[in-house]
Amino acid sequence: MTLNSLSIAAARDLLRKREISAVDLTMSCLTAIDAADTLGAFVHRTPDLALEQARAADARLAAGGAPDLCGIPLGIKDLFCTRGVPAQAASNILRGFRPEYESTVTARLFEAGAVTLGKLNMDEFAMGSSNETSCYGPAVNPWKVDDRRLTPGGSSGGSAAAVAADLCLAATGTDTGGSIRQPAAFTGIVGLKPTYGRVSRWGIVAFASSLDQAGPMTKTVRDAAIFLQAIAGEDAKDATSAALPVPDFEAALTGDIRGRRIGIPREYRMDGMPAEIERLWSEGAAMLRDAGAEIVDISLPHTKYALPTYYVIAPAEASSNLARYDGVRYGHRATLAPGEGIVEMYERTRAEGFGPEVRRRIMIGTYVLSAGFYDAYYNRARKVRALIKRDFEAVFAEGIDAILTPATPSAAFELGAQASADPVAMYLNDVFTVTVNLAGLPGIAVPVGLDAQGLPLGLQLIGRPWDEAGLLAHAHVLERAAGFVAKPARWW
Amino acid sequence: MSITPETARKVARLARIRVEDADLPALARELSGILNFMEQLNEVDVAGVEPMTSVTPMRLRLREDRVTEGEMAARILANAPDHREGFFAVPKVVE
Repeated sequence: MTLNSLSIAAARDLLRKREISAVDLTMSCLTAIDAADTLGAFVHRTPDLALEQARAADARLAAGGAPDLCGIPLGIKDLFCTRGVPAQAASNILRGFRPEYESTVTARLFEAGAVTLGKLNMDEFAMGSSNETSCYGPAVNPWKVDDRRLTPGGSSGGSAAAVAADLCLAATGTDTGGSIRQPAAFTGIVGLKPTYGRVSRWGIVAFASSLDQAGPMTKTVRDAAIFLQAIAGEDAKDATSAALPVPDFEAALTGDIRGRRIGIPREYRMDGMPAEIERLWSEGAAMLRDAGAEIVDISLPHTKYALPTYYVIAPAEASSNLARYDGVRYGHRATLAPGEGIVEMYERTRAEGFGPEVRRRIMIGTYVLSAGFYDAYYNRARKVRALIKRDFEAVFAEGIDAILTPATPSAAFELGAQASADPVAMYLNDVFTVTVNLAGLPGIAVPVGLDAQGLPLGLQLIGRPWDEAGLLAHAHVLERAAGFVAKPARWW
Repeated sequence: MSITPETARKVARLARIRVEDADLPALARELSGILNFMEQLNEVDVAGVEPMTSVTPMRLRLREDRVTEGEMAARILANAPDHREGFFAVPKVVE
């Protein structure tokens, strides 16, 4: 076993016992990264910074009392601003941008002694479900069953590929409609989207501010608990971060979920759902039942309206957030023809800098917010969003502790397979995950099995607001019962 | 709801994204497809429902009105495509 394949928990214990050093652990990851160019996961590498941080971590570990993440090498999604290190949101419009400040999430990770290996590939501005809208080209799934190159999912595709291929011990992701959970499911890892407001959004390039939330992408549920502990909590720089106490998430992994009530929402049983997904879902429910939980059929009646609601609200917020990319303060500025003025500068800069999916979503958002359509689209979507949230509140009020659903409607698909399809077909990837963002709830994807081809499939657990501790406890039981230990065979 | 190429031109203009005339019909078709998908929302009875303004109940917090950070013009300008004498520089706006 090489050091880079360790979990955070295992590495933490070995580092504290001084049986391994943070420098050796970091070197092991850097070597793995250098041998994995074909995966396209890391897009900006910071080996010098990593080794400097690893040496500092070793000194801190030697002194004793170091935090859990001290000396743990991580990958950081390109959406996070990292001081002095490129942060491009996988967009040409931010080419060359080196933030002068550090996001709260990465600042907390580095204060805890974590090591940064570099920045990870993603869909441009986190808009996509296959990592194919990236200006760097797609990240590639380390899982492979024939000569096809598969997507690692998106938008946090680089994060998922890097963790699944053991290029880092864990990675940051962000999730606006499923961007942590779908790629986690596609690559056989754990992905946690916390409750909206649990983790500060400050310094994360904004996509849809009422939906965005950062979270861990890890090899195990325990690692997700450790990682979340380090990044959660109120931040004066983000007025939407919650002033709530942060419980001890790792201590919540008791293995005991007896008497808990797990809801199975009937509306998630979609027409045309692959039999394998359906079977996996039933098996997952049986695992939780065998652990002493009570399985309850529930109804979330507005589920079918979640995707159209999301695809009004997210583009509306994006059109507003992305207005800042105008060629004035940072990033790309178009060259102007003689006689052209500032409006041409904006229009050319944005046409050149944004890729087609981002342009499309900005224009959809502009349309649904424009005079005459605001009520018909945007306000109506906000009302339906309130109803979607109400559905969840009703089942939680009836005593449901967590909800079990599939994570994705399929296993990982081939890169390019949906290139010619209409954009709406790609949006369907988010069908099981997007409700969670609309309702602001915590959700976690847990790897549970392999499909007939040998590709990983995950299930999603959805928790009560602010109950990441309970959610992780359920996920931990599911993880242990499923016993998913498969790893992609190395071909890269 | 079907978007005409003329509406697509207007939306692109509002979004400050240049779209060539030849590309407007394709853009109009794409936008129409997405908007058709959203038409499902018209089936939902939303009578008496308030539009969501915040997904978690929260009050906007106030802070003391004082300067907390500043004096960092050079850092703010560090990524600017063009800056002069401590200001962002843009093409002439007012004749």
